Amino acid sequence: MRKCEVRDLGRIGYAEAYELQRTLVEQRKQGLIPDQLLLLEHPHTVTLGRNGKLDHLLAGEDALRAAGIAFCETDRGGDITYHGPGQIVGYPILDLREWKRDVGAYVRALEQVQIDALAYFGIAAGRVCNCTGVWVGDAKIAAIGVHISRWVTSHGFALNVSTDLSHFQYIVPCGLTKPVTSMAALGVRASLEEVKARVAESFGRVVQYTED
Amino acid sequence: MTDVVMPQMGESIVEGTLTRWLKKPGERVERDEPLFEISTDKVDTEIPSPAAGVLSEVLVVEGTTVGINTVVARIGDGVEAAAAPPPAAAPPPLVAAPAPPPVEAAPEESGPLSPLVRRMAREHGIALARIKGSGAGGRITKQDVEAYIAQQSAAPAAAAPVEARVPVPPPRAEQAKIRVEPMSTMRARIAEHMVLSKRTSAHVTTIHKVDMTKVAKARAKAKDDFQSRYGMSLTYLPFVTRATAEALRAFPLLNASIDGNNIVYHNEIHIGIAVALENGLIVPVIRHAGEKNVVGLQRAIVDLAARARSRQLKPDEVQGGTFSISNFGGFGSVIATPVINQPQVAILGVGVVEKTPVVIDDAIAIRSICYLSLSFDHRLIDGALGDQFTHRIKTVLENWSEEVL
Repeated sequence: MRKCEVRDLGRIGYAEAYELQRTLVEQRKQGLIPDQLLLLEHPHTVTLGRNGKLDHLLAGEDALRAAGIAFCETDRGGDITYHGPGQIVGYPILDLREWKRDVGAYVRALEQVQIDALAYFGIAAGRVCNCTGVWVGDAKIAAIGVHISRWVTSHGFALNVSTDLSHFQYIVPCGLTKPVTSMAALGVRASLEEVKARVAESFGRVVQYTED
Repeated sequence: MTDVVMPQMGESIVEGTLTRWLKKPGERVERDEPLFEISTDKVDTEIPSPAAGVLSEVLVVEGTTVGINTVVARIGDGVEAAAAPPPAAAPPPLVAAPAPPPVEAAPEESGPLSPLVRRMAREHGIALARIKGSGAGGRITKQDVEAYIAQQSAAPAAAAPVEARVPVPPPRAEQAKIRVEPMSTMRARIAEHMVLSKRTSAHVTTIHKVDMTKVAKARAKAKDDFQSRYGMSLTYLPFVTRATAEALRAFPLLNASIDGNNIVYHNEIHIGIAVALENGLIVPVIRHAGEKNVVGLQRAIVDLAARARSRQLKPDEVQGGTFSISNFGGFGSVIATPVINQPQVAILGVGVVEKTPVVIDDAIAIRSICYLSLSFDHRLIDGALGDQFTHRIKTVLENWSEEVL
């Protein structure tokens, strides 16, 4: 019977959460623990994925520091993004060999988790073809970036609940990118706790755990 | 020798981008030790080595996208590779064209060669002596030739079965003649957007000649005051923008966009102004341009252009435009045919304002002339409408009556 432990870490620094992920990934690889879903919030942080380009950072590291935003380069897929208060970050540590050995299906599943959770709050979110992430109309509401080592996942998704969207200003590459949005910006007042519960619930369903 | 292949990361994945080698050729690697990283749609994956040994050949450079099961490297056991018995008829190493990493001299057409290998070598002009065979007894196999081609070719060669979308470095002998560098992200986005636009809209361009003499006079009169009051020079662009906003109000179809079979009318007028950057282009948007006068427009243009160049624009300042203007006249162009900024349906190009002799009432006069070109999406806008719209801009400019200051 596949099991997933859900841990609510509250607000936690990026580096600290990263270390925890690494530890859990090692333990997961050795089969010491079942799958994990970490749900948390980061303080203001801009992170750059492996395939990100520094020229997507509009502001410059000094300007970020001045604005109280940490900057981290990290080893997930995807480009640059912003994390901060009001955003639910989910880091599933899964052994994909026990689900589907398919990274594409995994990314689609992470999207589906957000789409289902948002549907509960009356938001019609969906996919935009060739653009990973979850979208409401033309605006991105959840971002995805994953790292996989021997089929064990880390990093994951970031869903904007009541994120101060102005912080995304530091990282927009050029006029051709699409806007970001949040549940609050779409008029949905929901607490982080409520949304976390929904995300965990839809995660369990989409990734087909038999019990929580 | 063990071939290292691009793994299949699931049924839905047919290719991956090799983003980083974690070992260098010649380095020792243990079985299951991370050897390289690949990236598929938003997912980075570390790939462990399938065998222990020495990384003898790297066949795919970082940044290349290749199909699954493509051989990306070879792992030898090191000792054996170095001490491989030299073939009986080993030719002197080729000096003019250095061989790829394994430096031992390869035998010339060692062992029997299949007709396929011979043909491939002939078609690609490859000296088989430069290819190291991985088959029995050092025999060169089809895979060896394919891998060699993938490594050497700068672009996917016609017959090369290996898909390599990102160009790999050209053969060394060619290096003096060309230089290959990956596009910046902005450049790639611009390229994508331009082609998308040309593919999406039925572009038609109409060109109207506009007598800017009245505007030139208004500008000349206000110029010095403007400079001292606002610390910036007054250009023709805010006048054209002002006239355009008025024409957009009169012809809302030009301020619309297409969504499937629907026409989306935008009630607000947000005009994008193309700004050339050192290595690209960005179109910041003057929001509510219809509510601004020449002073307000000039200040907005200067502010947006300056912040575009210092990369300090905020996301909402480059989004939501309903119409765009390209002021190529600033670079001396008289007439150009701009590309529509999707999902908008038209873009106005402004040529240089030049004093020109023109005939007025059978007399020759010197007037300040400018050509305005309107590229419009013929799916939505008929030629007559495009011309009426441009004519309205022309009329406003030719009869300029507004006080600037």
